[in-house]
Amino acid sequence: MREPLIFDQGRPGRRAPSQAPGIAGPTDDLPAGLLRRAPPPLPEVSELQVVRHFTRLSQLNFSIDTHFYPLGSCTMKYNPRASNKLAMLPGFLDRHPLEPEGHAQGYLECLFDLQEMLKAVTGMSGVSLTPMAGAQGEFAGVAMIRAYHVARGDAGRTQIIVPDAAHGTNPATATMCGCDVVEIPTGPDGDVDVDALRKVVGPQTAGIMLTNPSTLGAFERRIAEIADVVHGAGGLLYYDGANLNAILGRALPAAMGFDVVHINLHKTFSTPHGGGGPGAGIVAVTERLEPFLPIPIVGRRDGQYRWLAESDRPQSIGRLSGFMGNAGILLRAYVYMRLLGAEGMRRVSGFATLNANYLMKRLAAAGFTPAFPQRRASHEFIITLKDIARDTGVTAMDFAKALLDKGFHAPTTYFPLLVPECLLIEPTESEARQDLDAFAQALIDIRDLALRDAAEVKRAPLTTPVRRLDDVRAAKQLDLTWQSRASDRPNPTASPN
Amino acid sequence: MPFIPHTPDETSAMLGAIGVRSIEDLFDEIPAKLRVDGLPGVPAGLSEAAITRLMRERAARNMPSLCFLGAGAYEHHIPAAVWEIATRGEFYSAYTPYQAEASQGTLQLIYEYQSMLAGLTGLDVSNASLYDGATAFAEACLMAVRSARGARSRRVLVPRYVNPVWRKVARALLAGQNVELVELAASAGRTELAALAALEGQDFAALAIPYPNFLGGFEPVDELTDWAHARGMLVIAACNPTALALLKPPGEWGAKGADIACGEGQPLGIPLGSGGPYFGFLACRQALVRQMPGRIVGGTVDVEGRPGFTLTLQAREQHIRRSKATSNICTNQGLMVTAATIYLSLLGSEGLRRVAAQCHANTRALVAALTGLGGISAPVTPYFHEAVLTLPRPVAPVLDQLAAAGILGGFDLSADFPELGHGLLVCATEVRTAEDIDTYRRVLAGVLGVAVAA
Amino acid sequence: MSDVPQQLQYTKDHEWIRREDDGTVVVGITDHAQHQLGELVYVELPEAGRPLKPGDAMAVVESTKAASDVYAPLAGTVAGVNPALTSQPELVNTDPYGAGWLVRLKPADAGPAVALLDASAYAALLDAAH
Repeated sequence: MREPLIFDQGRPGRRAPSQAPGIAGPTDDLPAGLLRRAPPPLPEVSELQVVRHFTRLSQLNFSIDTHFYPLGSCTMKYNPRASNKLAMLPGFLDRHPLEPEGHAQGYLECLFDLQEMLKAVTGMSGVSLTPMAGAQGEFAGVAMIRAYHVARGDAGRTQIIVPDAAHGTNPATATMCGCDVVEIPTGPDGDVDVDALRKVVGPQTAGIMLTNPSTLGAFERRIAEIADVVHGAGGLLYYDGANLNAILGRALPAAMGFDVVHINLHKTFSTPHGGGGPGAGIVAVTERLEPFLPIPIVGRRDGQYRWLAESDRPQSIGRLSGFMGNAGILLRAYVYMRLLGAEGMRRVSGFATLNANYLMKRLAAAGFTPAFPQRRASHEFIITLKDIARDTGVTAMDFAKALLDKGFHAPTTYFPLLVPECLLIEPTESEARQDLDAFAQALIDIRDLALRDAAEVKRAPLTTPVRRLDDVRAAKQLDLTWQSRASDRPNPTASPN
Repeated sequence: MPFIPHTPDETSAMLGAIGVRSIEDLFDEIPAKLRVDGLPGVPAGLSEAAITRLMRERAARNMPSLCFLGAGAYEHHIPAAVWEIATRGEFYSAYTPYQAEASQGTLQLIYEYQSMLAGLTGLDVSNASLYDGATAFAEACLMAVRSARGARSRRVLVPRYVNPVWRKVARALLAGQNVELVELAASAGRTELAALAALEGQDFAALAIPYPNFLGGFEPVDELTDWAHARGMLVIAACNPTALALLKPPGEWGAKGADIACGEGQPLGIPLGSGGPYFGFLACRQALVRQMPGRIVGGTVDVEGRPGFTLTLQAREQHIRRSKATSNICTNQGLMVTAATIYLSLLGSEGLRRVAAQCHANTRALVAALTGLGGISAPVTPYFHEAVLTLPRPVAPVLDQLAAAGILGGFDLSADFPELGHGLLVCATEVRTAEDIDTYRRVLAGVLGVAVAA
Repeated sequence: MSDVPQQLQYTKDHEWIRREDDGTVVVGITDHAQHQLGELVYVELPEAGRPLKPGDAMAVVESTKAASDVYAPLAGTVAGVNPALTSQPELVNTDPYGAGWLVRLKPADAGPAVALLDASAYAALLDAAH
């Protein structure tokens, strides 16, 4: 199952000649001191070798298209092929980003319509599509909150409150925006401890960052009260849209009292995860934050679509990308949203929640321990394996690896940090009942094996292209490039220029 | 129901297993006054056939043009195999390779990418990519401020001819952390070494050097690098990756080489795509690797001693370090890196060098053709694949008339760089032909009212 | 059960402190702390001569799954660091109170310090957490 590095498949002088000019143009006018002395160490391979190598590499991956992928908080639902095909129509794909607006009305109309639909699903009044990932959406949101306070002459508000269950990006974002982080605890029922919140708010509070439903897989029932506490202290509320799939078309962040929201289009609106990106983390805001939205934004006047930029939005927090965010991802989300329509969006949250609650019930009935058994699951839920880990030594990580052998991608492990030995399981709406049943049975089989023969579970995975990897070695004996290994072997691509 | 496989029987059986009557009941923890029962403002769903028709119509309304515009995004030939393979479901629909055993394809590919970028930049290590060139530039500045141990400064010296949008993005991203970008004076399209004298005694964490600069020209990279290093500053190279096939890599600048290189990866197999998604690259010397933001893949062995790949140095990242992370970034631009790695493999060093050299030759031919019309000069030489033309009259109306004739004539420099007069930045990559260039020449002659031989 | 040597002093952040005859103070992390972190892969140490206030982050200990700041227990300057940790960070795991020491401080003449615990108080703190 091993595939050699592409560098090791080359031979000096081998090329894919149809992909580059037959002869290179003259460079005699460039200063000799600026020219490269030795060619960069790139592979010297044929087109077929390239196609075969990367096709083989693809086959070493688990993916949604090949495996059930219940990775909690990541919403690994089916990515419709239509989104990809239509976003890659030449009329969109071959456009230079600085082409005049008059040449781009079809493209701008898609983005404008997308902005309008995103206002509808959040209840907000303004949208900017530019943030290129959830983390950049968070940055935009907190930067807008800061800009809002500063514009009001209230610059001392530099504290951002986050629950202890929050995703790590929340505190990291607050730091990037020059804010201090204050953590508040979660109560035993999974809701934020509102009394603790009351104690930390004050004239230094810039805002609070919340995910709702929370990372614990439950709806924050006291959200209205939380909003009153934070607003009462002069702070604003930031909605981390990581879990919007759970409430799509059923509750609006604006109505909950949030002032700004980011949405991960690669989660709720099914744009590809692409092996780790590109995503899109659009932001939506209430009226008072609109002047601060990042630019550019698509506007419409007299039926013509146009960019709104610095001169239209002088108070904007600025530009967050070289051109227009991850434009092609925005188009993919647009196609998906039009395919679903309003009714389809409500069905998404309905069936995502149905699948999660069904799977939680099934696992609970089989003896697994939900972290919050008294709560309704949102679109995801947590089970804790701490009793099994204590009794057998088989940990959440061991379960994750054993699932790979059974043909399932593992759920999220060890997040949120405050539930010990946890699996965060998110089946999504696009999985059928038979797949949920098979997944539940796999967990049951692993548990039963753990009780009989813990050592056998700890050997997993056995069927993957590699078995468990030595992370300590990876971090101590850094091997980050092929060149760093080159001293170990002959260099097949070294060739005279 | 789009993308939902449940039959009515299955739905009722599942509801029964949960112990509720309807899907609505599953939302009983949401306070009633917060619940909505529809989404006015979202139209009804469409079939795939209907949305296909709609998107084709809209794509057709985007007028195709003959492109002589660069300014940060460049039209290059993209081999058909690049996106055929990059959009295979196993790449397209996988996520971050946290489960390394189930993600060796993505991990090995990133390792190969890191190797290629380290080779192109002449530096030791590369990360797995950032969002785009502008944000990579901002992250490089931040990284330099964190790394510049000797200097306590939070100021980065940035020459005037760094991409103006990158400077705007960096300002937006760095404002909260009190990192200041200080402009370094320039004239005639490049940084003035004489201006450095005025900076003696001031404290900077780093100097950023564009390569080539936004005007397509070359900074005195060796002198600037040595000057900065002699004063305890780090050197950041902001480079075009195509140019690096031809030009001395940043790792070889001056006596010691640049410390960090960053740039826009779009030229490496990523379509213009209306502005994104692209990817940013970031490479550095080994000693700085723990200050690098973003994902990094490393080689290791499994329990049987077989080689494999895994995410490494994760203690830098937000999911572990939280508020003390090097950045809040979690994703890279994985799919774009997949495409770029396939692109670089197909081109190889000789192919990429030919692309770079042909871009340069075509731009020279374009400059010769257009300055030959008379009244137009090219004040910045030498240049790589973009050049400044000074027109005899304001640029914007000229560009409008060219656009009406189906030509993207270039980037109007007059707002960002008024010192250049009626400055127009033009670009001719390897995909432009002699006929294309002649078309531009004839149409521009018409716009300017100059008589030309047919 | 974690090893808590009697002769050392401790902080609630799981650091140990040993006062030397030459007036310097040696700081490391406790057996409990190294166990929580797992095998260390990297230790970031301060430059000699760096002035510190009590509570300043002066070093970082890093495993593959966690990273933790180590704080200055008192005011002073960095008199030296453990050079062996550059190539063998795992010494902190194998010998946290000996070869795995982190930083040697020269205390300021008079300055504040963080609250220090004796061995029994620290052991009680560990018990309470379980």
